[in-house]
Amino acid sequence: MTGVVARVVLNRGDFTLDIEVAVAPGEVVAVLGPNGAGKSSLLRALCGLAAIDQGQIVIGDVVVDDPARDVFVDPAHRRIGFVFQDYRLFPHLSVLDNVAFGPRSAGASGGKARDQARVWIDRFGLTDLAGRRPGEISGGQAQRVALARALAAQPHALLLDEPLAALDIATRQDVRAELRSHLRSFQGPTILVTHDPLDALVLADRVVVLESGRVTQAGTTAQIAQRPATSYVAQVMGLNLLRGQASAGLIALDDGGELHAPDHLLAGPALVAVRPTAISLHAHKPEGSARNVWAGHVTGVQPIGDRVRVTVSGAPSVVVDVTAGAVVELGLVAGSEVWLSTKATELEVYPG
Amino acid sequence: MNKRGRSRSTPPWPVAIPAIIALAFLVLPVLGLLIRAPWGRLIELLTSRTSLDALRLSLVTALSATVISIAIGLPLAWLLARAEFPGRRFARALVTVPLVLPPVVGGIALLLAFGRRGMVGQYLDSCCGITLPFSTPGVVVAETFVAMPFLIITVEGALRGLDTRLEDAAATLGASKSAVFRRVTLPLIGPSLIAGGVLTFARALGEFGATITFAGNLPGVTQTLPLAVYMGLEGDPDQAIALSLVLLLVSIAVLVGLRDRWLRTGVAS
Amino acid sequence: MRRPVILVVAAALALSACSSAGPSSTSPGTSPATSGSAAAQGALTVFAASSLKEAFTAIGKAFEAANRGVSVTFNFGPSSTLATQIGAGAPADVFASASGKTMDTVAAAGLAPSRSNFATNSLEIATPPASSVAISSLADLAKPGVKVAVCQQAVPCGAGAQTLFTKNSVQIKPVTEEVDVKSVLAKVELGEVDAGIVYVTDVQAAGAKVVGVVIPADHNVTNKYPIAAIKGSANAATAQAFVAFVLSPAGQAALASAGFAAP
Repeated sequence: MTGVVARVVLNRGDFTLDIEVAVAPGEVVAVLGPNGAGKSSLLRALCGLAAIDQGQIVIGDVVVDDPARDVFVDPAHRRIGFVFQDYRLFPHLSVLDNVAFGPRSAGASGGKARDQARVWIDRFGLTDLAGRRPGEISGGQAQRVALARALAAQPHALLLDEPLAALDIATRQDVRAELRSHLRSFQGPTILVTHDPLDALVLADRVVVLESGRVTQAGTTAQIAQRPATSYVAQVMGLNLLRGQASAGLIALDDGGELHAPDHLLAGPALVAVRPTAISLHAHKPEGSARNVWAGHVTGVQPIGDRVRVTVSGAPSVVVDVTAGAVVELGLVAGSEVWLSTKATELEVYPG
Repeated sequence: MNKRGRSRSTPPWPVAIPAIIALAFLVLPVLGLLIRAPWGRLIELLTSRTSLDALRLSLVTALSATVISIAIGLPLAWLLARAEFPGRRFARALVTVPLVLPPVVGGIALLLAFGRRGMVGQYLDSCCGITLPFSTPGVVVAETFVAMPFLIITVEGALRGLDTRLEDAAATLGASKSAVFRRVTLPLIGPSLIAGGVLTFARALGEFGATITFAGNLPGVTQTLPLAVYMGLEGDPDQAIALSLVLLLVSIAVLVGLRDRWLRTGVAS
Repeated sequence: MRRPVILVVAAALALSACSSAGPSSTSPGTSPATSGSAAAQGALTVFAASSLKEAFTAIGKAFEAANRGVSVTFNFGPSSTLATQIGAGAPADVFASASGKTMDTVAAAGLAPSRSNFATNSLEIATPPASSVAISSLADLAKPGVKVAVCQQAVPCGAGAQTLFTKNSVQIKPVTEEVDVKSVLAKVELGEVDAGIVYVTDVQAAGAKVVGVVIPADHNVTNKYPIAAIKGSANAATAQAFVAFVLSPAGQAALASAGFAAP
């Protein structure tokens, strides 16, 4: 399997989507962009619900859409799993039969399809819900069913459209962590589109930024966070993502340093997200209540809108957003020595 | 709140009086039928040869008309709701014609098309020896003509209201077009299909004008319940009333059946 | 403000409905009858057998011409239906039936105190023009595959056809028993049946649209047409005048030209 290689050009009146993406097997790429950037159109084209006007889509080794060569494979034969933003579970079927829909479509008998579905149902912790109708389960559960249903069809590639947007904020973080582990175990290429940078940073290996139908930046999450190419990227990608090992409420970061976690629940590989505005800069070692305090030196100072993004090298290295007044007050320039602090409660920690 | 509640429970008289008249107007004829019914002779009247023949014939033909309406009306409803083709709006308007056409006119039109010397009928006659008028299949043709629009309109409405995103989802799961229709579309429009079928059956069962014009009137062959009622009025009015009761019973059963369905979908949604 | 307007409109509608539904709607200023029955005036409703349509339409016009201020309205239909309707209180002034039996039911209800036979009619085989099935006698109707339409048993032409078959000892299985004789004729005209048993007068009225096959008199069935003024008619004098007109030479001439025989 060679993953997904696609150049998608769609003309919709005044709007033109023109994007190139290549995703390797096992890799998760997030397409990040504001509403109306063409993200959903990209997914519809990839799975065959819309035909592209120019370009080519290759899934595995098969050309599934190539207008120049008059090739178009319909959605039923592309074997692309699609998790829709609104899940689109079949209301007339039980959770089990929703998940069995793919195997059934692949030609399995009713009983065999259900047997296959039960494997996914169990893996996704849906065993108790198997007999329920989609109308009788919660949003987070529906999200799991939708993913289980897509994966049970044994797709060659997986697409997720705003997988967490339909959930309330309280459940979003749990589901995001869960989704992360499920995506890690999927062997094929995964493309997810989102307008939420946290989704991109937590779930994806690489990020493609899509604005008004064009790619404005692409790269690893760290690259994009540190060198935002547009103001949109700068605004949304101002997020520090750190990896480490959690143990007894303390996370030892892979690149040096350690942070106090908000709770003691997690052990093992962990991912820590902390917003640039949640970190404070000080000229001297602070005495306050913040539990995480460390030293570093400034490597970059860049104005973003009404704030200034300060890149600090240390253990860990982070980006920090401060006001222009603070920059003057602290006399921040490249090379300045600073102290950093953040509260444990400002950290969002995910199992890595 | 209290004031509004009271005003809702006592409607103003300019509304109440005509409303009561309207209700009485609809109820009294049914009441008349029930009062004048020959209850003592009912069993005897309903088990007479004429009654049983008409009853059997009506059930067979109305059921056949319903099955045919589903078999050919469902695909048409799907085309009207989903396909893009020139003249679609015109085709949709045409479908409703039998609904507003007086059934007798429908019967004449059927004769001119499928009669022995009709546009199509003459070839049926010369090639295959099929003559529809004065035959039980002729009754089915007449009933299908007047009743099928009910099915098409009901199902087309359901299909247009259906969320196509579910069908898209089914396609991404590898379901072929026919599998999508069978396993997603059909179950989702199922309740409407049943409602349309029941309406079609009820309309076919009550069909009179087109039947007597196109298929004629012969006991056991083309004399359905409504025809037997009409003919009975000439000879034995008691028999006509007894058969009318049967039709009334079927109408009530249809209403109750549909109401039950509406209640259930109401709970589910 | 809106309510009174609605009420006024409703009242106006009710009034106009009353006036148009009134029993007498002759226009004022019409001069009285000039000849024939001097008392005849007003609106007259005549219930008449389907087979009388052509003859009575002509008679009605002649009666109106002879009696200024009279308007005759006909209700043609199967005699048995008409008898049922009259029995149920339909506003008929005169009933002209195609059989004594149907008139009997009206008389039994006390609605036809005196009646007179005014015509006789006999049956004839009507066949479509250019038919591929050759029919020259009643016996031909009994052949397999020949489609025959008759009237339903309850109406005189249906009862007559049954009597005709019995009298001539032919076994005929009709494909349809139509509501009335005009429906039988229509099925013949459309070519949907190979033959229909109708009245001589119907064949004549249909002109070139059907081809008649005459049934010899000694094999045929003749039925008498009775007429009666209906008791309780709002216009009894005019009703009597109409009955008299049908029986008069003028009326008989019109019937004869439609193909009816004298009573």
